[in-house]
Amino acid sequence: MHGEGTGILTQLTLGLGRFSLMGAEVVRSLCTVRPSLRDIIAQMYFIGVKSQGVVAITGAFAGMVLCAQTYYQFERLTVGSASLAVVSAAMCSELGPVLAGLMVAGRVGAAITAQIGTMRVTEQIDALRTMATHPVDYLVVPRVVAGVLVMPMLTSMVVAIGIAAAYLLGVGLLGMDSAYSLKHAQFYSEPFDVFAGLVKSVFFGGIITAIGCYKGIHCRGGAEGVGRATNEAVVQSCVTILIVNFFLTLILRQFR
Amino acid sequence: MIQVRQITKRFGDHLVLDGVSFDVPAGESVAIVGRSGVGKSVLLKHLIGLVQPDEGQVLVGGENLGAMSERQLLRVRRRFGMLFQGGALLDSMTVAENIAFPLRGREAHDDASTQRRIAEVLELVELPGIEQKLPSQLSGGMQKRVALARAIVHRPEIVLYDEPTTGLDPVVADSIDQLMMRVCERLNVTSIVVTHDMRTARRLGRRILMMKAGRIYLDDTAEHVFMSLDPVVRRFVDGVADLKEVEFP
Repeated sequence: MHGEGTGILTQLTLGLGRFSLMGAEVVRSLCTVRPSLRDIIAQMYFIGVKSQGVVAITGAFAGMVLCAQTYYQFERLTVGSASLAVVSAAMCSELGPVLAGLMVAGRVGAAITAQIGTMRVTEQIDALRTMATHPVDYLVVPRVVAGVLVMPMLTSMVVAIGIAAAYLLGVGLLGMDSAYSLKHAQFYSEPFDVFAGLVKSVFFGGIITAIGCYKGIHCRGGAEGVGRATNEAVVQSCVTILIVNFFLTLILRQFR
Repeated sequence: MIQVRQITKRFGDHLVLDGVSFDVPAGESVAIVGRSGVGKSVLLKHLIGLVQPDEGQVLVGGENLGAMSERQLLRVRRRFGMLFQGGALLDSMTVAENIAFPLRGREAHDDASTQRRIAEVLELVELPGIEQKLPSQLSGGMQKRVALARAIVHRPEIVLYDEPTTGLDPVVADSIDQLMMRVCERLNVTSIVVTHDMRTARRLGRRILMMKAGRIYLDDTAEHVFMSLDPVVRRFVDGVADLKEVEFP
């Protein structure tokens, strides 16, 4: 039992150490090697454009269900028109970045790990190294840069679609007053909420792509290993997003 | 050109290489042979710094690979070309993009000269006109030939071959052998081939290193190896099993 516990702790420490070394290598690469714009744009297309559908659906339904649930409670106190303000504040600073992060982690994080993991087990990464190319320069940097650039855009999309869908539901179906709803939403949603959400999304973009790349690069054991690494990448990205979101909320609050 | 000094490598409790030493002068063709699992491919990966030894040194042109970071090794690796057992072509890229990859970042190569080089090496491996195909559209033998073209496109000084004919039918294996011989002759490169195919070893290796249990068991010319009366060498050359030695999984 003691040995097993030590083993898990050792693995965790080794993993954190290797992840930190990869992070340092990414920073070194960004400082010393000019990243390929073509590769970054290709990754931005894959991470951003290809994720728009799933992110839009998530934003719309999250906004609508939050609006409906808030309205049913607030209506008892005759403040139903404040529901959109709740949706707006929540979507801008918390739900928007977290929902976008979780959906992108599931779609993009898994794909990155599977792709790089397959390259690992088929010796394609060794082939890159023999061709005088550092795997971090070619595989990790374009993905991390693309993730960091694209996530704020996807988050903005989730927020905008979520609020719009909530407005349409509230005004169109639930009978909320349009003018009061918009007035309340404007009053209670501050520019800082939008800023905080966008700052979080930058972190989430880095987390998803870095964990996806790390799990792929250190993948071992053929097809089963790729499957296991992909699963771990998604789970660890989602958990990390939720934990980091909590701490970022506390930290960003200090700048309000 | 390459000096291997008493290298030892363990994976967990398994001792893969046990004090291996040898030199490969510039321009020589060496075949490393031995049964599966004796550490041939691991040894080959040490020569280009893909694996670092636990003890000992690998020197390429006098530079100790073990003392270099991964980024410093990139400079040394520009002197090498390597053909992997499975080809290891980048499957998201076309044949042309794969072959052009080693030329990335080299100032002497603009688009026109790169296209010309790609056409030249595809001609050399007798696969002209397949530039726009993806690796998944090629047979195993064609993938090996494209991988060979990629390994030599930047005119390396040293070419490493890891089991180049494994998994191919005898006719395709023969064509790969002939192409490797052609590369040796035309480009005058130092060649090191890891194989358990004795025909490949005889054709390509003027010198043969035979490995057994993580050590160099024999280091001699191809003629002497094939005429050897040593029972271990004889059995390997003739492909005769000694059931006492064979471990069945």
